[in-house]
Amino acid sequence: MLEVHRIFKTYEGKPLLEDISFKVDTGETVCLLGASGSGKSTLLRIIAGLEESDAGFVSFNGMDLTSTPPHLRDFGLVFQDYALFPHLNVNENVAFGLKMRRLPQTEIARRVASSLELVNLTGFGTRKVTDLSGGEQQRVALARALAIQPRLLMFDEPLGALDRTLREGLLNELRTILHHTQIPAIYVTHDQEEAFTLADRILILHDGAILREGTPAGVWSNPGSAYVAKFLGLGNVFEGVVSDERKVETRYGDFTVQCTHKHSKGEKVHLLARPLPAESEANVLQGVVSDIIFQQERFKVTLDTGLYVYIDDAPKVGESILARVKVECLG
Amino acid sequence: MKRILLLALLLLAACSPRATETPSGPQTITIMTHDSFAASEEVVKAFEDANHAKVVFLQSGDTGAVLNKAILTKDAPLADVLFGVDNTFLSRALDADIFEAYEPLALQEIPAAFKLDPSNRALPVDYGDVCINYDKKYFADHNLIVPQSLEDLTRPEYAGLLVVENPATSSTGLAFLFATVAHYGDSFTDYWQALKDNGVVVVDGWETAYYTNFSASSGRGPQPMVVSYGSSPAAEVIYADPPVTDAPTASILGPDTCFRQIEFVGILKGTQNRALAEKFVDFMLSRQFQEDVPLQMFVYPVNPNANLPEAFTKYAQAPKQTAALPPDVIAENRDAWIQAWTDVVLK
Amino acid sequence: MGNSALSVSLWLKRILLWVPPLSFLAILFFFPLSKILALTFDFQTLTADNLQLAFRVLRFTLYQAVLSTLLTLLLGLPSAYLFARFDFRGKSFLRALTAVPFMLPTVVVASSFNAIWGGRGLFSFFFPSFNLHPSAFTLILLAHVFYNATIVIRVVGNALSSLDPKLEAAARSLGADSFRVWWNVILPLLRPSLLASSLLVFLFDFTSFGVILLLGGSQFSTLEVEIYLRVLKLPNLSLAALLSVIQLLCTLLFSLLYTRLVTRNPQQLNPRPVLLSPKTFKQRVFVSLFCLLLSTFFLAPLSALPFRSLFRLEADRGQRGEVQYGFTTDYYTELFVNRRGSVFYVPPIQATANSLTYAGATVILSLLLGFPAAFALARPTRLEKVLDPLIMLPLGSSAVMLGLGFIITYGQWLTSPLLVPFAHTLVALPFVIRVLQPAIASIPERLRQAAAALGASPFEVWKTIDLPILRRATLSAATFAFTISLGEFGATLLISRPEYPTIPVAIERFLSQPGGLNYGQAMAMATILMSLTLVGILLIEKFRLPKSGEF
Repeated sequence: MLEVHRIFKTYEGKPLLEDISFKVDTGETVCLLGASGSGKSTLLRIIAGLEESDAGFVSFNGMDLTSTPPHLRDFGLVFQDYALFPHLNVNENVAFGLKMRRLPQTEIARRVASSLELVNLTGFGTRKVTDLSGGEQQRVALARALAIQPRLLMFDEPLGALDRTLREGLLNELRTILHHTQIPAIYVTHDQEEAFTLADRILILHDGAILREGTPAGVWSNPGSAYVAKFLGLGNVFEGVVSDERKVETRYGDFTVQCTHKHSKGEKVHLLARPLPAESEANVLQGVVSDIIFQQERFKVTLDTGLYVYIDDAPKVGESILARVKVECLG
Repeated sequence: MKRILLLALLLLAACSPRATETPSGPQTITIMTHDSFAASEEVVKAFEDANHAKVVFLQSGDTGAVLNKAILTKDAPLADVLFGVDNTFLSRALDADIFEAYEPLALQEIPAAFKLDPSNRALPVDYGDVCINYDKKYFADHNLIVPQSLEDLTRPEYAGLLVVENPATSSTGLAFLFATVAHYGDSFTDYWQALKDNGVVVVDGWETAYYTNFSASSGRGPQPMVVSYGSSPAAEVIYADPPVTDAPTASILGPDTCFRQIEFVGILKGTQNRALAEKFVDFMLSRQFQEDVPLQMFVYPVNPNANLPEAFTKYAQAPKQTAALPPDVIAENRDAWIQAWTDVVLK
Repeated sequence: MGNSALSVSLWLKRILLWVPPLSFLAILFFFPLSKILALTFDFQTLTADNLQLAFRVLRFTLYQAVLSTLLTLLLGLPSAYLFARFDFRGKSFLRALTAVPFMLPTVVVASSFNAIWGGRGLFSFFFPSFNLHPSAFTLILLAHVFYNATIVIRVVGNALSSLDPKLEAAARSLGADSFRVWWNVILPLLRPSLLASSLLVFLFDFTSFGVILLLGGSQFSTLEVEIYLRVLKLPNLSLAALLSVIQLLCTLLFSLLYTRLVTRNPQQLNPRPVLLSPKTFKQRVFVSLFCLLLSTFFLAPLSALPFRSLFRLEADRGQRGEVQYGFTTDYYTELFVNRRGSVFYVPPIQATANSLTYAGATVILSLLLGFPAAFALARPTRLEKVLDPLIMLPLGSSAVMLGLGFIITYGQWLTSPLLVPFAHTLVALPFVIRVLQPAIASIPERLRQAAAALGASPFEVWKTIDLPILRRATLSAATFAFTISLGEFGATLLISRPEYPTIPVAIERFLSQPGGLNYGQAMAMATILMSLTLVGILLIEKFRLPKSGEF
């Protein structure tokens, strides 16, 4: 089990990571979700031992890794731009870590073959890595990291450079492999779709701090803050003022929301209005339709107020509509 | 990019060969010489003004290199006049037949000892002596007597104190070798064996010997004796910094310890400027140029009527008897002597 | 039908690329050299004695060249790493300093070595108990390293800077410790630049002349020295010609070996170098140690020059009265004085201006000629396989013989000052090509294709894609050309015109006469030359090419 304990890191005087702590158990996949520049890659590098933190430490199975150099930590790293060794072919790339561990040649050959099989690249062994497509290169990178049978796998936005279909396909393959091998994994990305597909647990990073930690479903239903809700694209996020026990006044109208368990009268709060229509709800969004976007099974209808809802049957632009939605109070 | 190349070629074409005479403009005379050549600006200008001419100098290496170039281009000479062939190269130059004969009037005043070419193709201009210089202070501090002869140099108290130049690569070293040949004849190799046993240091050329090895120069080297020139002590005074009142060095002037080098000038065969070339040769033998020569090139003028500068008379020492060898003997045996020397000293 | 038309136009483009550099080499190298060799080579000189002599000399030449190259690599590689990976105070200066010896006249280097390591030099002054008497052979090797380390530092350093640091991170995470990261990842990727720099250093050492002559105490002889000695013994040049041919054949052999060993550089793209301040203890030790080593090795001898130009040492003998020693600017002020009224007086400003002008012209010329050749070589076809080894020949051939070839071929044209940058370019061109070629080869073709597909003409592709990426390599090549020109490599090929003096000429003039004032002025001029080089290099590094797209 990996434990990250109170990591602090500044970069050029400005804080990059502040008080980061979390655990990753065997068989668990933890996703670090955050915008670019939120320090996720740095955190990975610190865990891998390629960079030093200013404070805090990383331990694995109870052993403090601070004095362990990267090449002895037995963690696998997969980068976004693959970082394949251009002067070696596929087999040699995958075998690299095994060579470093001085395994016998037969064992190396066996493991390389099984790694390649795991990523569906059997037969590619003698190809030059520079001749491969993006998806193939990424799979070689994965095979290379898997071949050493690491005690932890780390992914740094590995699918960022790939197209949508390829990404989806690889994502599913990755899921299967991770479940199959039960290797604990940390997956860093800015794409919430990837995170939600893969993660057993999601950590949302913002400005160097963990804003929200939880299962995908948990985070989805309870974002906990305006930033998280906006980042995850959960719906309309806007401000309001608590006017009463169950009432919040906003510029879009008054909404019936229970906020007083956390906020007192007169305080500013953030509200989340989920875009899916909910017939049983009391809260309504209304306005004149200003824009309609087709999204396969439904339409994203934007109102003149700037808020949006999903509707199955498209109204016309300029129409005045009213939609019943669920409104929540954000922490 | 092509345009640039074209332009460059055009410029090159416009500037290349030496300009030939234009009827109204000044005539150009080209003098080919070695890198050690020097002359006063005003002296050269005097010639230019007197003859409505422009003097162009071409310098390309040491005496040997310049002579080679002249010989290689003798069918299409690069210049009108060649200055700088010395008595060690005289035979080679004459055999290659690169000069045209000319008998200037001033030649009558020159002592016969300098007129080594009876055919008057090569005319003497200046002479210098290759002598061993020694560091006065060193000898004083170490209570050593200055060697007075070639033989003395082999004595144990002077072990390791002499630096000489390789005669294969240095004309100065070659001159010293000739001195030993002149003195000892065929057994000069024995002498050099003795010198070698006495720790003589060999370097490639005068600059290294003087500025790296010699103790009295600014190089502050380890050896207090160096094969240099009789005029070097004068130069040390003239170019001293801070100024000195006495020369820090002097020459060993024993019999045959110095070798006389005479420099010649000649009109190159095939010159288009014969008249002007003759005038230049006259000029080189004239008092004006001859008196300029000591402080410019640190050599003595052949013209006995030329006055010597004071620093020269005070600090440069002319030996009473210098070693000498006939130019044709030199030409015949030079290679063999150098080889013999190499076999004894360097192997 | 369409296909063959396409390949014809491709061939045409290829030939067009080669025309400028090849015609330059043909005119300035192949033609005069073959003329002199044809004139002097005589099959009768192929006697057993001569061949024995030739091979004996060849053996020593190879021996000292190989040893020197290895030592240069030994110093140069860690230094390249130091400069490519770390940031520290004084880095630019130290790096520029390592490039200064490259263009110093040999006599100045010998003098400065002596000033430090000599019998009465600084070292024995401070450490009199240390009986430091390096043998002549050691001095030769040291001088070679002193001169050529910058080649390794720059060429390999550039390649190091463009290595993707993620490759090292990946290797480390896969279990490679520092040594194995180097051995298995970095060195293989550095191979092209390693080979290129080794070849260049080796060729310089192979044809070394001044160093052998001046520091060898007349004990050692290389092919170049022997050729020089034989040439002095005109008219029998045939032995010199034989040795020249042997030298040329060897150069050809080494160049062929190089092309065999160099594989196409694997394409990678990371133009932004990652520089760290040394953090870990190991890093700090390494940086400090190497800075100290480099400073001692380079700064010490080089500082002897300005030191001797600004200080009088012990009082001269024969002085009465006031003993003036210590700091003085006399040597510099004296430079402006034409004490002898000599017509060959070299005004320092004019000499500096001339040197700089020639250097500028050389840089432009060698880049203009070098880029097309490097381009063609970066994507080699059968044509390049033949032409590649020929490029290096000017570096590996005897300057003495070539000079003679110039004389008999071009005679009167040699006196034109315009020819000077051409002669310098002859030496600079192989350098420029060798530095640019691996850099060009490492640019992924798809970048260029993308640009072309977007409508960029070949020239525009070069300007917007290649040039920015090649900026480092171009600046490196320009620096070499600059220093080669300042150091007047190739000047012996021409006849100097005293009306256009340059700084090295001035230095030689001063050192050809005895006297403290002359020596001091030589040191002053050498210091000026040194400062010029330093400033020039630092400026070139700061120079930003216009519209460079930063990745």
